[in-house]
Amino acid sequence: MALRTFIKRNLILNNKCPLRISQRLSHFTFVPDTVSASEGETQRMNLFQAINNSLDIALTQDPTAVIFGEDVAFGGVFRCTVGLQEKHGKSRVFNTPLCEQGIAGFGIGAATAGATAIAEIQFADYILPAFDQICNEAAKYRYRSGGIYDCGSLTIRAPCSAVGHGAVYHSQSPEAFFAHCPGLKVVVPRGPIKAKGLLLSCIRDKNPCLFFEPKILYRSAVEQVPVKDYTMPLSKADILVEGDDITLVGWGTQVHVLREVCQLAKDQLNVSCELIDLVTILPWDKETIAQSVKKTGRLLIAHEAPLTSGFGAEIAASIQHECFLNLEAPIERVTGFDTPFPHMFEPFYMPDKWRCFEAVKKLVNY
Amino acid sequence: MLPIRLARFGIRLVAANCKRINIGSLSQVAREFSSDERPQFPGSRSQWTEKLEFIRPDLYDGIPVYRVMDRKGKVIDPSQDPQLSEEMVIKMYKCMTQLNTMDRILYESQRQGRISFYMTNYGEEGTHIGSAAALDPKDLIFGQYREAGTLMWRGFTLDQFMNQCYGNVDDGGKGKQMPVHYGSKELNFVTISSPLGTQMPQAVGAAYAYKRSQNGLCVMCYFGEGTSSEGDAHAALNFSATLDCPVIFFCRNNGYAISTPSKEQYRGDGIAGRGPAYGMLTIRVDGNDVFAVYNATLKARQVAISEMRPVLIEAMTYRIGHHSTSDDSTAYRSVDEVRYWDERDHPISRLRNYMLSKGWWGDAQEKEWKEDCKRQVMTAFARAEKKLKPNWKEIFTDVYHEMPSHIREQMKQMEEHVQKYAEHYPLKNFTKD
Repeated sequence: MALRTFIKRNLILNNKCPLRISQRLSHFTFVPDTVSASEGETQRMNLFQAINNSLDIALTQDPTAVIFGEDVAFGGVFRCTVGLQEKHGKSRVFNTPLCEQGIAGFGIGAATAGATAIAEIQFADYILPAFDQICNEAAKYRYRSGGIYDCGSLTIRAPCSAVGHGAVYHSQSPEAFFAHCPGLKVVVPRGPIKAKGLLLSCIRDKNPCLFFEPKILYRSAVEQVPVKDYTMPLSKADILVEGDDITLVGWGTQVHVLREVCQLAKDQLNVSCELIDLVTILPWDKETIAQSVKKTGRLLIAHEAPLTSGFGAEIAASIQHECFLNLEAPIERVTGFDTPFPHMFEPFYMPDKWRCFEAVKKLVNY
Repeated sequence: MLPIRLARFGIRLVAANCKRINIGSLSQVAREFSSDERPQFPGSRSQWTEKLEFIRPDLYDGIPVYRVMDRKGKVIDPSQDPQLSEEMVIKMYKCMTQLNTMDRILYESQRQGRISFYMTNYGEEGTHIGSAAALDPKDLIFGQYREAGTLMWRGFTLDQFMNQCYGNVDDGGKGKQMPVHYGSKELNFVTISSPLGTQMPQAVGAAYAYKRSQNGLCVMCYFGEGTSSEGDAHAALNFSATLDCPVIFFCRNNGYAISTPSKEQYRGDGIAGRGPAYGMLTIRVDGNDVFAVYNATLKARQVAISEMRPVLIEAMTYRIGHHSTSDDSTAYRSVDEVRYWDERDHPISRLRNYMLSKGWWGDAQEKEWKEDCKRQVMTAFARAEKKLKPNWKEIFTDVYHEMPSHIREQMKQMEEHVQKYAEHYPLKNFTKD
């Protein structure tokens, strides 16, 4: 929809006044998206508020919609569901027992029986007990029944990715596990405006969706978010910065890291980078990436998750196939290491701007 | 000696003799400061005890097995006779025997390599028909895989069963799943999937949606005693209780999960023993007594809907057939054991005895029905076998609501490939565009 275009334009023209979110050990600088005046009234919201607003709209518009998970009733451990139970009632926003496979299975069943089910898994790290329900059941429901049953009205939200001190089980980015599972949609927003529109799209999409929310952005990412009900297209990548020499692809928080890399490359190397937020991991927007790489001839993919079989591998292999004659250098991946996510060593683990910058240098000098 | 009364079942649990422990002055001080005689912990409602005693699970008889008829088909307590009409009872009997006939023919057809896989329902026909008959046809059923009788009761035709097993062009599931993975939207029977237990929390979610929509219906969830060991079973029982869902959990405890006997599956009092621990109404029934199953299900349904709470039924039965066509059960159990259940305690023969005693059935009818039944099954079988398979492009449909471009691209690649190498693929067995 139109929102995407104007965000893109504004981002390209408006790359000033970056908001320093935290001086202490922050590995990125958040640059807010903006929307044009034609989008109507806006309100200052951080990421958790935008998600809350999105959920509020979903509940208001759809009387079958229910929100459930661990600790969502009092507002959620990240405040994403604050006030929703008071407003919409205990039968629509409620706590479940502490059991992820139960939450996912319950959501699938509710969706199968005609409800819009919005489940929360408290941390993406704890989604794995629900892996069977998500991959064997939710993803295959429509297929295996020949289309007579489906759980398309299921959305599972989960906070993901690094947070500075989350260590092994409060930092993971599990998107690649699910990217290998046909039937699912997997989405990661980079900020409040996108989060609201994409979450509403996921909730209304006729397929089971996983919505991973970079939790470090919950409070630190603030934007003027349209108050109205709006959706944003799934499976569409956003070109945030246009450039000619090299394509940078990331998603979630990593988009903000790469934006700084664009600036560093421009200032220090006089290299023009094109920055793309992939937005949807599955089914992903191969066309936008391929078009960009055909223009630039170079591709850097960066993600927080480990390298081996990370989603960067899928992008690299596909783009190599699509753009073989255009590539001027091997595709680079800057990612987390093939280790669990560590506590004290997070600054060394992250695919930060200096590791990405070095990769850009390598690519342009190849 | 401290007898603890488990009120719900009236079971006396006698703990081992145990000397009073002198906790000393500390506990007395605590008691003086306590404003309430009862413990105030938020996690339980109970009383104090100064005796150190573990609750022993093995000192009482298990939950009793509810039955209506004895093995000869005689109603034991007339007040428990559901007083079903002759027509209804004959329909139950015909459904059970038709299922049995279909099982025999499809089992044989797998042995001959005509279908790839099959699972029979031998010995458990009573659990299917008794429970299905007590439900409203609009109640939603989630099954495991050994509940074909419930579908048959609701009117799934022999052709539909056969089409699914053959994965032919008329299979509602478009030939995507293994045989016996049936499903029907019209008959409110959610498509079966192989992963065990996954349907259980799903049934709870569906029941929650039904409660909110106030449609006056409940959800029925079948599973085996082996499946009850899955984490999803725990999730489902607990969610259903805490979220007050109108769902009936129906466990078919047939003594085996493939080769694993139930004594290696659990150490407690079966599955029913767990119900009260989750705060659920629970009953154990004779699964070979179609009336006991019917009565329990009918009552469970009333309770589930009027009180908005889950009910657990454990139907005790015996898996007379092999686990599946990929299993030879003589490798882990005796032929004599199987013969006992087949000849001495079978749901079909018990119901036949009941009908004979009522004068509703006779040898001539039995003979005529058997022949008629076999003919119907064979006709449907032959029809299904002759049909072509669906178009191979169905591989790519229904992955998503809409076909994404990458899947469309893969379909196109395969189409070009198949054209080029047509002679290497069984195209003649599949329908064309």
